Amino acid sequence: MTTDDALQLGGVRFTSRLFTGTGKFAANAHIPKMLAASGSQMITVALRRIDAQAKQENILAYIPKGVTLLPNTSGARTAEQAVRIARIAREAGCGDFIKIEVITDMKYLMPDNWETLKATEILAKEGFAVLPYVLPDLPLAKRLENAGAAAVMPLGAPIGTNRGLETKPLIELLIENCVVPIVVDAGIGRPSQAAAAMEMGADAVLVNTAIATAADPETMGRAFDLAVRAGRMAYLARLAEESPLARASSPLTGFLDD
Amino acid sequence: MDIVVNGVKETVPARTVAELVAEKGLAVGSLVVELNQQIITQEQWPHTWLQAGDRLELLSFVGGG
Repeated sequence: MTTDDALQLGGVRFTSRLFTGTGKFAANAHIPKMLAASGSQMITVALRRIDAQAKQENILAYIPKGVTLLPNTSGARTAEQAVRIARIAREAGCGDFIKIEVITDMKYLMPDNWETLKATEILAKEGFAVLPYVLPDLPLAKRLENAGAAAVMPLGAPIGTNRGLETKPLIELLIENCVVPIVVDAGIGRPSQAAAAMEMGADAVLVNTAIATAADPETMGRAFDLAVRAGRMAYLARLAEESPLARASSPLTGFLDD
Repeated sequence: MDIVVNGVKETVPARTVAELVAEKGLAVGSLVVELNQQIITQEQWPHTWLQAGDRLELLSFVGGG
């Protein structure tokens, strides 16, 4: 087993393969505690128009130095809007990472793979570390890779549903055939589902809702950290084969009274 | 002067971006300003003059997944 199992992504070394998000926390004060408990080294943020009436907190103030920011382009309905948001985020000092999220379907929040590819092509050329959020589709993933994406982030289930790896066989195709890291994003509701994603060879997972809306986000962050580490360790140790018939684990000879 | 702030037409006395930010009492640390699709850094606010018809976006980072 390799001694250094860090994930290299966009020129940054991540020793935690659990990426997290800042959405849906009951209070922002939970965020730094969750980060400390989970060991997560990458966290998403979103960009929105300011509401001058409501006193807004600066979310960035809750994210410790050393945790890499992953601004998302949520709210974008076209590649052009995603590109604009990415450029603003970088200018605002959020670094070179960008999660491309282009959504036009408001019922299932399905990512628009076509617009996402267009945005990836543009932003990768501009030097961004592009992490596109997509429906798992192998030909698209290869195109994203060729366009210079730093990773591909297929969804396990629709955003916020906590239904787990509904797209498992399709994600497996990506894992088997892509060179860039595969990060399972969206839909992971339980630590066991995060472990399952890592066992099948995902390079990392991104979890927001399942941690942020747990009764105790700090402890849930720790639970996800352990699950991701366990799943990764199992993947590296190579899982034993499944069998349709029973295979005795104790010898079938030398019984009493034989 | 009439400008468009976050998609809404407004008449503002402010002459510069810095004055507009001050008028609105916005928290400076988290604010990102885009003027006619150009990002204006905080150092540029005092000497970025507003013109009638300008389109301003006042943005900030929020929680999101």
